Amino acid sequence: MPSVDAVIWARGLSKRFGDLVAVDGIDFDIAKGESFGFLGPNGAGKTSTMRMIACMSPKSAGTLRVLGMDPETDGPAIRGRIGLVPQDDSLDLQLTVLDNLMIYGRYFDLPKRVIRERAERLLAFAELSERADDTVEPLSGGMKRRLTIARALVSEPDLLILDEPTTGLDPQARHLLWDRLYRLKSEGVTLVITTHYMDEAEQLCDRLVVMDKGRIAASGPPSALIDRYSTKEVLELRFLGADPPGEALRGIGERIEVLPDRVLIYADDGEGAMGEVTDRGVEPTAWLVRRSSLEDVFLSLTGRTLID
Amino acid sequence: MSEPGALTLARNGGLLAPSGPRITPLALLGRSGAKRVFQRNVVVYRRGWKFLVSGFFEPFFYLVSIGLGLSKLVGVVHLDGHAFPYTVFVAPGLLAASAMNGAIFDCTFKIFFQLKIMKVYDSMLSTPLSPGDVAAGELLWALARGGLYCGVFICVMAGFGYVGTPWVVLCFPGAIFAGYAFAGVAMAGTSFMRSWQDFDFVFLVALPLFLFSATFYPLAVYPGWLQLVIRCTPLYQAVALLRGFDLGLFTWSLLGHVAYLVAMGSAGLAVTARRLARLVLP
Repeated sequence: MPSVDAVIWARGLSKRFGDLVAVDGIDFDIAKGESFGFLGPNGAGKTSTMRMIACMSPKSAGTLRVLGMDPETDGPAIRGRIGLVPQDDSLDLQLTVLDNLMIYGRYFDLPKRVIRERAERLLAFAELSERADDTVEPLSGGMKRRLTIARALVSEPDLLILDEPTTGLDPQARHLLWDRLYRLKSEGVTLVITTHYMDEAEQLCDRLVVMDKGRIAASGPPSALIDRYSTKEVLELRFLGADPPGEALRGIGERIEVLPDRVLIYADDGEGAMGEVTDRGVEPTAWLVRRSSLEDVFLSLTGRTLID
Repeated sequence: MSEPGALTLARNGGLLAPSGPRITPLALLGRSGAKRVFQRNVVVYRRGWKFLVSGFFEPFFYLVSIGLGLSKLVGVVHLDGHAFPYTVFVAPGLLAASAMNGAIFDCTFKIFFQLKIMKVYDSMLSTPLSPGDVAAGELLWALARGGLYCGVFICVMAGFGYVGTPWVVLCFPGAIFAGYAFAGVAMAGTSFMRSWQDFDFVFLVALPLFLFSATFYPLAVYPGWLQLVIRCTPLYQAVALLRGFDLGLFTWSLLGHVAYLVAMGSAGLAVTARRLARLVLP
């Protein structure tokens, strides 16, 4: 049975659209105050899972408990305690920045006075105070995303769901957003985040599951996943205008991935592996040794890269 | 819980039904969720109030055109053994048609735009609001806006002296019933539309209704079998109701017209709520 602490508890959770299986019997628990990630490429079933948690899509099979309630019977009550940041913002373009918060808060039946007071605070938090009376359309992507997060927080939710929060944002906008999410995390808000950026998952998530084709391929804290599915270092060899010589490199390091444009050699000592490469007379156009990342975990689990 | 045409909205239990397993369309209109959706419209139109003004001109154009032109050619119309000036006969018909056009305009283009283009309902349905709340709130707005225009229409009728009897005041609630019927069905129809091209269908339905529903001449001009067909159509029901009120021709059949219109609007509301759930909460 679900543990007392579990904010979300899923067993055998599935979602089908006709013949398409979007989510194929997944199990996970998310604890109160935890920052939990769903990492996977497009089409892995992340968004379908988020929508089931947010009671915006009925499950096809399995068991799901959110905040101790059943989405099938308690949808509105659960939605009342969740803040949702959807992939496409879905801000109300017919309203001003401030009215987006005011009207959204009214959907939760909050008194106007309370919403106004929170809206002021949240606009400052989102660095949008000066745009309060502007329309939404001319805002930049990063501003819109911050406004969507502010909107999701107007009801002071116990659980904040963010579906690909930084997809399509420039690096500066991403870092500002991450900073805001850190703050929420330190305030004890439970965060559920989907992403196909490994650095985002590494930065923000206490624990995550790697999803692929509707299933969970691996789960654990980011560092544990890297320890388990990858080596300490990765040697990347690039071969410009030539097919990477996979055969000639066989046996170097613990494992080799040959990709269309480069070869990844997994080894605890990247420099040492490069020595071996040179010894065999292979001359890459460029090479570098880097720390292993979740991208490598995903590659090792599925044989494919996260963003293709 | 037993008004005519009441359909239950429950499907998937709580995901769609906001509280309790069953709720009837008319009960939806009184829920606070519907009020919240209504209030959003108020805020949107507070900024775009100019769009509201256009609706005031419609009654002028209609009534002036008929009063100046057509009525001179037609003279007197006989109905139920009474003789009425043509302007008095035709005014309540035009009021009904205006209520229909207003409701259809508000609940087709606007709803499609908000559903498919602006995705307004996606964000509404990530809150405690239910699809029923959304449908009812939009319908309430259509009724408020339609009510405003019909009120103006009735005042203009009175100003021109085209009113039959003081019972014309009943035309106001009567026009609201007509608005409810057409708004409900128009919203339901819109929920099935895939692209703007599908809106041609709206005109294909609305125009013949406007022309043939005994709006401009008494039902008696049709042969018997056709009279029966026309009686079944919704605008005829609205025209007959409003004309009955305006001319003070009270019969039990007026109750039947009210029941027809309420049932039609309720069915439309119920279908809309289901369709919204299917489209936005797949």
